[in-house]
Amino acid sequence: MSAPQMVMYEEEFNQIQTIVDRLVRDANSKVVFIIDKNGQLIAAAGDTEHLDTTSLASLTAGNIAATGGMAKLLRENEFNTQYHEGEKANIHIQLVGNRVILVVIFDNKTSLGLVRLRVKKASEELNGIFESLVRKIQDPDRETPFAEITDDDIDNLFND
Amino acid sequence: MSFINYLSREINCKIVYYGPGLCGKTTNLQYIYQKTNPEAKGKMISLATETERTLFFDFLPLALGEIRGFKTRFHLYTVPGQVFYDASRKLILKGVDGVVFCADSQIARAEANIESLENLHTNLAEQGYSLEKLPYVVQYNKRDMPGIAPVEELRALLNPRNVPDFEAVATTGIGVFETLKSVAKLVLTELRRGGG
Ligand SMILES: Nc1nc2c(ncn2[C@@H]2O[C@H](COP(=O)(O)OP(=O)(O)OP(=O)(O)O)[C@@H](O)[C@H]2O)c(=O)[nH]1
Ligand SMILES: [Mg+2]
Repeated sequence: MSAPQMVMYEEEFNQIQTIVDRLVRDANSKVVFIIDKNGQLIAAAGDTEHLDTTSLASLTAGNIAATGGMAKLLRENEFNTQYHEGEKANIHIQLVGNRVILVVIFDNKTSLGLVRLRVKKASEELNGIFESLVRKIQDPDRETPFAEITDDDIDNLFND
Repeated sequence: MSFINYLSREINCKIVYYGPGLCGKTTNLQYIYQKTNPEAKGKMISLATETERTLFFDFLPLALGEIRGFKTRFHLYTVPGQVFYDASRKLILKGVDGVVFCADSQIARAEANIESLENLHTNLAEQGYSLEKLPYVVQYNKRDMPGIAPVEELRALLNPRNVPDFEAVATTGIGVFETLKSVAKLVLTELRRGGG
């Protein structure tokens, strides 16, 4: 298959989580999350309890895919940043290394300038982590937990 | 492109329902949504026109259970079937792990089915995928309608490779879960082979 699998390990996850936790604080924002371009949630921080992060993740990915499609038609590289301003909530979306999407939701307790500044720093760090993660995933000797599953394992999933 | 998370011990896969306009893709997801326990599903999102035609996609996250201590989650998407939404269809196919081709059994829709299937081949090829290598099943929907083609005829036309196929009436749920289970199994089997 052409698209490589996305895999997340503890080591990289902890590094990523540290960055998003810090970004929530440093940018004085409400919620930060990271998703892959297919809309899978990778990490989240802040006040996520009352938020449907799964839906948000899929819609954000759809949004990035749509603007990416527009960029292509304009023979433009992808639009790396999107910003939507609401009455109470604002959302800043940043494409990181053309691989993952960093989303920051914030209100008027902070400013777009500060969010941008902190996002820029976090993006650079995240980019490095995802690059090394991709190298790890592409290692042909990588173990997968699914090599051993049986037809019965799969059938059992569907016995309801 | 599946996503394996060793921390949360989750595996996420993406399944796309493809097919001509009005064949019943959205209805498949709606039925699955209605019949799934609240704890096993997330919100269903439909980006649709005012006349309920899919504009960008439908999205339904489902949890199917555990395999070897890993929670299996499937993200179901539908594409907009109307011909002029082709750019959106291409986007939805990105990172797909399994495809359901939903055909409309009505004789009058024969051409629309063929056109949509060709479009699926083209759009997958553009992204370096091929239908032959993907977990893939076919559904002949609207079996309750008058003026439908016999299944053998549809099979000859739309399923020459004889992948798993199912007769369905998506509005009442006939064949809906059979189709989903079949493609989900193929996706997990592919994962075991180390693909996906
Ligand atoms: N009689 C009958 N009607 C069906 C069946 N499946 C879907 N329908 C109806 O067909 C119409 C179109 O169904 P949708 O699920 O919206 O079709 P779709 O494939 O999502 O269409 P697009 O979003 O335009 O691509 C709706 O009115 C459904 O109720 C079926 O098996 N039998
Ligand atoms: Mg639809």
